[in-house]
Amino acid sequence: MARIAGIDLPRNKRGVIGLTYIYGIGRSLSAEILKSAGISEDKKVSDWTDEEITNIRNYISENIKTEGELRSETQLNIKRLMDIGCYRGIRHRKGLPVRGQTTKNNARTRKGKKKTVANKKKVTK
Amino acid sequence: MARSLKKGPFVDYKLDKKVSQMNESKKKSVVKTWARRSMISPDFVGHTFAVHNGNKFIPVFVTENMVGHRLGEFAPTRTFKGHSGNR
Repeated sequence: MARIAGIDLPRNKRGVIGLTYIYGIGRSLSAEILKSAGISEDKKVSDWTDEEITNIRNYISENIKTEGELRSETQLNIKRLMDIGCYRGIRHRKGLPVRGQTTKNNARTRKGKKKTVANKKKVTK
Repeated sequence: MARSLKKGPFVDYKLDKKVSQMNESKKKSVVKTWARRSMISPDFVGHTFAVHNGNKFIPVFVTENMVGHRLGEFAPTRTFKGHSGNR
């Protein structure tokens, strides 16, 4: 059982892919970790020995912010923006796009599901 | 695109001069400014700026957290009170 950073890794995947199931680790970081631990990228997660798992675990806990720690850091950064009342903070507060996207249409990722306005007048000729 | 590091941060020259003068004489007064594009330098902390938003001057009290942002970010230029239907 490969349990790293509080996450159960999928056993039937290659090492590089398996590690990306951890929040905060993508393909490039994953490759870096395996390289430093001296494990081939193609080795399946289920084939890792206990020693190799400890190596990976140590490397991650020493060098990389993952999971809860990383999430709380991003939350703190957003909170800082909201507290100082700058433009980006205001956009976060209102739940609108932060990076200057248009909001006339779309922007549904930030705005959430469509709220239909009742009795909205149709254009009549 | 981000600004080149080679150039260093952009701080409005006249504003910077004014603030350093105030820092020397230990005076504190509201500085009216149109320099929305000016970065907030560490010297600005503790001062209040009246930043123009195209219509009025918005008072902005600079705290330590604001260093590195621009003055304009704290003086919104648009007023949106919501659509008529939502009232």
